[in-house]
Amino acid sequence: MIHRAEPVGGPIINRFTSFLLGLVGISVILLIWRFAAGLGATTALNDGYPFGLWIAFEVVAGTALACGGYAVAILLYVFNKGEYHPLIRPALLTSALGYSMAAFAIIIDVGRPWFIYRIPIRVGQWNLNSPLLEVALCVMAYVGVLWIELAPAFLEKWKETGSGGLRRFAESGLRFFDKAMIWIVSLGILLPTMHQSSLGTVMLLGGPKLHKLWNTPLIPLLFLVSCIAMGYAVVIFESGVSGAVFGRPRHTAMLAKLSGAMVVVLALFLVIRFADLILRGRLGLMFHDWYSVLFWAEMALFAVPLVMLSNARRRQHFPTLFKAASLMLFAGILYRFDTYLVAFNPGRQWTYFPSLVEILVSVGVVSLEILLYIAIVKRYPILAGRATAPEKA
Amino acid sequence: MDRSVMGRVIADTERSNNGVDRRDFLKVCTMAAAAVGLPASVAVQWAEAAESGGLKPSVIWLHGQECTGCTESLLRTSRPGLAELILDLISLDYHETLFAAAGHQMEAALQQAMEANAGKYVMVVEGSTPVKENGIYCKIGGTTMLDLVHEVAEKAGAIIAIGSCASWGGVQSTPPNPTGATGLPEVLEGKTVVTIPGCPANPYNFLGTVLQFVTLGTLPALDAKGRPATAYSKTIHEHCPRRPHFDAGRFAQEFGDEGHRQGWCLYKLGCKGPVTHANCSVLHFGEIGTWPIGTGHPCIGCTEQHVGFETFIHQTVEIERPTPPDTYPPVEEVRHGISPAAAGVAGLVGGALVGAGYMAARKAAESGGEEEES
Repeated sequence: MIHRAEPVGGPIINRFTSFLLGLVGISVILLIWRFAAGLGATTALNDGYPFGLWIAFEVVAGTALACGGYAVAILLYVFNKGEYHPLIRPALLTSALGYSMAAFAIIIDVGRPWFIYRIPIRVGQWNLNSPLLEVALCVMAYVGVLWIELAPAFLEKWKETGSGGLRRFAESGLRFFDKAMIWIVSLGILLPTMHQSSLGTVMLLGGPKLHKLWNTPLIPLLFLVSCIAMGYAVVIFESGVSGAVFGRPRHTAMLAKLSGAMVVVLALFLVIRFADLILRGRLGLMFHDWYSVLFWAEMALFAVPLVMLSNARRRQHFPTLFKAASLMLFAGILYRFDTYLVAFNPGRQWTYFPSLVEILVSVGVVSLEILLYIAIVKRYPILAGRATAPEKA
Repeated sequence: MDRSVMGRVIADTERSNNGVDRRDFLKVCTMAAAAVGLPASVAVQWAEAAESGGLKPSVIWLHGQECTGCTESLLRTSRPGLAELILDLISLDYHETLFAAAGHQMEAALQQAMEANAGKYVMVVEGSTPVKENGIYCKIGGTTMLDLVHEVAEKAGAIIAIGSCASWGGVQSTPPNPTGATGLPEVLEGKTVVTIPGCPANPYNFLGTVLQFVTLGTLPALDAKGRPATAYSKTIHEHCPRRPHFDAGRFAQEFGDEGHRQGWCLYKLGCKGPVTHANCSVLHFGEIGTWPIGTGHPCIGCTEQHVGFETFIHQTVEIERPTPPDTYPPVEEVRHGISPAAAGVAGLVGGALVGAGYMAARKAAESGGEEEES
């Protein structure tokens, strides 16, 4: 059964999107200030914490939240579960937007963004031992791959409505994708596997600066496993939201099966997390200080969705599914925040709390992401099925 | 006396004491190759040659006026791979400190090695040569050091001066220099002498030079003073880990003060890093990451003639080749607190997220699109 994706339609500008546009406007002004006055004047970054909210949230948590395309592609193409096809386009759109925003966040976060273009070009100067080089190259490549993976959605629209040159371009493009998609998808699965684990490797290099409950040689694996679970969760979450907002079918049966995969990955994560801590004799730290509290909060956020969805019958109940997915997302975000900021202590009494500019820009970036999502699903065939209820937002 | 037995005994002792694996061995080779500017692939060649027991060029090692510190630092490194590498890769045919033999037996070994390997052997000299009064201040087996170096250099394939004494005279050449202690390049004027200054010389610089000659038949590119250019073309200051403190104007003013404890620049304590050409700041001594500046002592400029042992330890020096950075970091560290507005907005955003999540969950439960029958 193939669902045909169709644009939602309707006006793009309404009260909600105007509000988002306002938030984006505020951050544009703040970003002008950031580039004029520099990072020191506008952010709370310092020598102890050279990365802050923009990296921890937009890049590290943001790309993990954008792993829907990756996680669904694994199911769809690696395990050949063709039935998940209606989920792939919305998942790819959130991924493409999420990764583009992460790339944008890196540009505003680094001290000398005008040199970023050199990374892919100056091959001779690559430090092959650097996980950040891997992240930079992989993320750059993956942003491109994601938009290419998503390109058929745009080409289909242009084929139908475009005129002359645009239609011919769309037609030849679609013919090309018929043949080449499998290679692009392969890249789309390989690249996140590489950089999502490398994002963990970065903190592994922090060594003793990272609290022992988080510092393990398995950080790369934990980051990879949790990002896949977050990918499934985000697809469920997004189905719920677009179901409620755009009145699109929710495919509960399909999402229930998808959450089965999420449960397996989630269980795997918790087993690795605990086995690692126990085998390396760090059980005592789990009941030690306020970091222990943080650790248990994190673990609870991971464990509760696991329990909620452990029963196959409960998975069929969409509200349960949605709540579990939301908790799962919070868990993944908290795990990344803890690893990158909270459990990271560079010593010498360095502290970090994001500045107003950092927070407002982060809000603006997320607003822009939501805004683009709404605009694209309204104009291009992303979501499956026909609109069955009047659009509400 | 069977010289190769000698070598084997030392190597075996080292091996049984510490056991060097191939990985460590390759690391040593790679560092030595890097020290003289050779690619890592050469290191693999060396390691393979050592394993197969090939090469084994004859090395004649002479001692002049010195403390044997260079030999000590070569053989008694924290990682025995180095001693092993030397004894596996070369045939040490004459070495006054390491020989079990003595007296005439030993002098015979020298003559034998020189004849058997004429034109091919590597001559290594450790220590300065006194030239005053025809060199009577240093004699080995009745021959003056002055005569000995001329004699051995005559048929040598390559000549290496290890340590500051052999390179330019060392501590004993400082005024008034009663014995006329002189470096090898001056004594053997007209001959190519590779100098590896340092007190002691960094073993990797030496090893890289010897191994390059042995495997490739060439010497590293040398600067005007005969030093391998890769290792000695930059000053300590240029790659000093404390350099950012220098640029930021953060100096330790005296030993044990706040800046000294914070690891700030030692320039004002008399560090000779800005005029001393050596690679200590990137290839540390002792292989455990320590070196004078790393331990909090200013560089004394031991590799540099007229600096090491001649200037006072706490005397500051002119900066050679001042290289200002693009930007200067602030002297005062910038530390931000938590601004009340930021905390408020963070709370607001966090609350909004949780609230929105809750509302979305409720809404998803109540309404939403129709179920798709599949």
